[in-house]
Amino acid sequence: MTSESIFSLLGTLTPQDISFVQTFENPVMSEFIDGAAGSVLVVGMIIVVGLLTYYRGWKTLWFDWLTSVDHKKVGIMYIVVAFVMLARAIIEGVLMRYQQSIAVNDPGILTADHFGQLFSTHGSIMIFFMAMPFITGMINYIMPQQIGARDVSFPLLNAISLWLTAAGAALVMISLVVGKFSTGGWTAYPPYTGIEFSPGEGVDYWIWSISLTSIGSTLTGVNFATTIYKNRAPGMTLFRMPLFCWTSLCTSVLMIFAMAPLTIATLMLALDRYAGFHFFTNDLGGNMMNYANLFWLFGHPEVYILILPAFGVFSEVISTFSGKTIYGYKSLVIATMSIAVLSFTVWLHHFFTMGQGANVNAIFGIATMLIGVPTGVKVYDWLLTMVRGRIRLTTAMLFSIMFLVTFVIGGLTGVILANPPVDFAVHNSLFLVAHFHNMVIPGVLFGMIAGYQFWFPKAFGFRLAERWGKASFWCWSFGFYLAFMPLYALGLMGAMRRTVEWFRPEYLGWLQVSFVGALLLFSGFLFLCVQLVVSIRQRDRRRVPAGDPWDGRSLEWSNSAPPPEYNFAVIPHVSGKDAFTQMKQEGQAYASPSAYEDIAVPKNSIVAPVIGIAAIAFGFALVWHIWWLVALSFLAMWGAVIARSFVTDTERVIPASKVRADHEAWLQQVRECTTTSREQEDTNSNVGRAEVLA
Amino acid sequence: MRRHQELTKILVRSAGGLLLLMLSSMAAAASVGFINPAGPIAEALRDHLIFIVVVMMVVIVPLFIALPWVLWRYRLGTKSGSYQPNWEFSWILEVLIWGLPAVIVVVLGWNLWHQSYELDPYKPLASTEAPLEIEAIALDWKWVFIYPEQGIVSVNEVMIVAGRPVSFRLTSGTVMQSFMIPRLGGQIYTMAGMVTKMNLLASEPGQFRGLNTQYNGMGFANQKFMTHAVSQADFDRWATNMSASRPPLNQAAWAQLTKPSVLAAPQFFGSVAEGFFTAVVAGFTGGSHHHIKADGTDL
Repeated sequence: MTSESIFSLLGTLTPQDISFVQTFENPVMSEFIDGAAGSVLVVGMIIVVGLLTYYRGWKTLWFDWLTSVDHKKVGIMYIVVAFVMLARAIIEGVLMRYQQSIAVNDPGILTADHFGQLFSTHGSIMIFFMAMPFITGMINYIMPQQIGARDVSFPLLNAISLWLTAAGAALVMISLVVGKFSTGGWTAYPPYTGIEFSPGEGVDYWIWSISLTSIGSTLTGVNFATTIYKNRAPGMTLFRMPLFCWTSLCTSVLMIFAMAPLTIATLMLALDRYAGFHFFTNDLGGNMMNYANLFWLFGHPEVYILILPAFGVFSEVISTFSGKTIYGYKSLVIATMSIAVLSFTVWLHHFFTMGQGANVNAIFGIATMLIGVPTGVKVYDWLLTMVRGRIRLTTAMLFSIMFLVTFVIGGLTGVILANPPVDFAVHNSLFLVAHFHNMVIPGVLFGMIAGYQFWFPKAFGFRLAERWGKASFWCWSFGFYLAFMPLYALGLMGAMRRTVEWFRPEYLGWLQVSFVGALLLFSGFLFLCVQLVVSIRQRDRRRVPAGDPWDGRSLEWSNSAPPPEYNFAVIPHVSGKDAFTQMKQEGQAYASPSAYEDIAVPKNSIVAPVIGIAAIAFGFALVWHIWWLVALSFLAMWGAVIARSFVTDTERVIPASKVRADHEAWLQQVRECTTTSREQEDTNSNVGRAEVLA
Repeated sequence: MRRHQELTKILVRSAGGLLLLMLSSMAAAASVGFINPAGPIAEALRDHLIFIVVVMMVVIVPLFIALPWVLWRYRLGTKSGSYQPNWEFSWILEVLIWGLPAVIVVVLGWNLWHQSYELDPYKPLASTEAPLEIEAIALDWKWVFIYPEQGIVSVNEVMIVAGRPVSFRLTSGTVMQSFMIPRLGGQIYTMAGMVTKMNLLASEPGQFRGLNTQYNGMGFANQKFMTHAVSQADFDRWATNMSASRPPLNQAAWAQLTKPSVLAAPQFFGSVAEGFFTAVVAGFTGGSHHHIKADGTDL
């Protein structure tokens, strides 16, 4: 790092830090790829700005979306962030698979430094900026509607959480063009990530993007948990909640307790790097083992933060598309809770190889295997949910079934890894890489895709094209097996993760198969994009205004698609599980309420975007040591919070007459809709009114 | 049309060739890693792995059989299976789906407990011979092996005696790394200022690749070393030869080694100061951090 003044205008930033300049000065393949990626980002941004200007979309974007605090819009924006980040991280995955498949006794196309940045951004993005926003968005959109609420408990806080996460994602994106990212992996273990071994801006990008999003996720956890505890409709007791709400609750509680160690660990690492502290350094009393401890105290619950909402989605999808109530509801709730509690007791299995001795390892190994029990119970509960049902193999259902099959294999390898002796042999190897992809792709990602297919018609008012969804499904499924089964074998053969070049010709065939799998996975993603475009173009034929295209069972299906801003014209009274199914069977669905009341909805606010944009500046300024901007953006963030505390007029009232007019018009429309049998679910005759089976 | 056929032919042939190449490379691959063990530790690890897989089949196989059957029997439009949309519980099934995994975890947990002690890398291996002592220091991006009894040092190559246990004491002169010789056994982290241990045994003479498994920067992929398991006589001859013919590991040589670099070939030193390894460990802990003992007894 160059000598710097605290008054410097651009801090440590120099023209050579811009990726295009690097490419120009050093035109090799690896730099070229980096420059191209930066160009795609910049050109993409220019195109988006151009289109917004051309279609005069700025006003809509700002007033209907960016300043909105409506949980549904916040949820959709979370998922948009997830999709954008997924696009980048999946391409990085393909690039790494390609590098490894050609780099046997050959340097391949990527430099070690570039490869290091790729696996670090791939992992960090997939966990923090793809999976986390996806599950948070899904919970945001669905959970309040399932419990019969009009919004989350703290709508503005919700928007601030979104903006903090988006700011973290933006920092990772900026690192593509300005400077380099960390090479320390998504776990960023010191002392490697300390200032002595990783000088420069890379690790700082990681620290600030993760810190911002971890604070956002903590706030989200508080918000969701409060919503579920306090905002349920009358009669919606905890044991009548849909399973997705239960898993959301467990995830929220985990977020509250598990994100803090991460925030602390990243800030301690920052103190080491910026202020000469010695928390994790080699010398002067630093202890890098404490970092591993703190990181995984977050990291293990984190995998359950991600997987539990997906479990919730599978419960809803399997029950709905089997036309049957869930089997073993209480059993599933107990299993979910057990997993949540146990998830805090196993973190040490991430470093069995640190030398702590057999007794400690054995205890944590057994605790890890214990999680297999409730998870196994869930798998069989889902299977039994299908028994005595009537199963429809829709795209969402196909993803759920492939999850069941594949997840069990991941469970097997998880139990293998839980055994310290075997872990000593496969720790850090591609076996481990295969294992966690085996949990996260069929688990989290398939769950989120299934949820996206399932609830898309609810959110946007038209069904997605099943044909393209199924094409995508086959690519994801075969792609997964081809890409990751070879990695299990490679791990057993001593191939380690994060390796840019190989020296064993025996690995070649396996790596090539894996690359083919990665291409198929990417095709799966492309087909999802095609599906979206095709469906938007055919939206008028695919509309489901009545709002219930799948014969849904929970309350979110009882309102229109898309739902009104206030979700429910009148808050429903719930008297059992599968609340909407019960209403339909008792003839209560679509009945005109006896009275309407004024509804207060939260007003839009610029506080969240201000905090978000200031947070980007704050992170960027810290990375580049631009201290005046650090101070300014910090003041802007807290200034916005303080200014907001003086705003007392935060709600807008929708008069009862308006609610009545809109709702009655919709009810009239529903009554005129013809009902659809399940056989005709995927035809254009499905306008969202389900035929009720007696 | 003919052109089309020819193209198809070429495609089929090249695909066939590629498949053949892949299969042969996969068959050859079985010869590396701990699934082809070259010592009792790696062999025990492999057998432990197989045991777990077999036991786990008790919960996995039923799902693989039942799932396709259920999907077929209860498909929409079928007349075969009964439709009971409100069926939600059965005590017998409930006991089975909680009980069976629980029993399996008890069985596997029992086994895990014993195997964790049995295969603890710190545990000295039972043998009539005293173990060969080696002190390993992880550097960027190389491995330094000190033979305290022989007073010699090898870098990126380690010489052991076939049939005689080896007792490694390990530390790091840089970032955290992980030491492993896959065909002989598991791995253990190395950390600056701390000492970890690893006991291994090669049953037969042979050459086994070892490596660092923990990412540590640009030279990570190249941080490999060869393990030579030889007879006691050959080992003694080698040690004497090194001692006589190679330069000492002095301050200048050490300063050169600690610079991050990838070595083109292994290096050897004929002598080394007594207690060098302990001094490297103490170099990080200084005097004030007495809670970490350099001899590793506290770890």
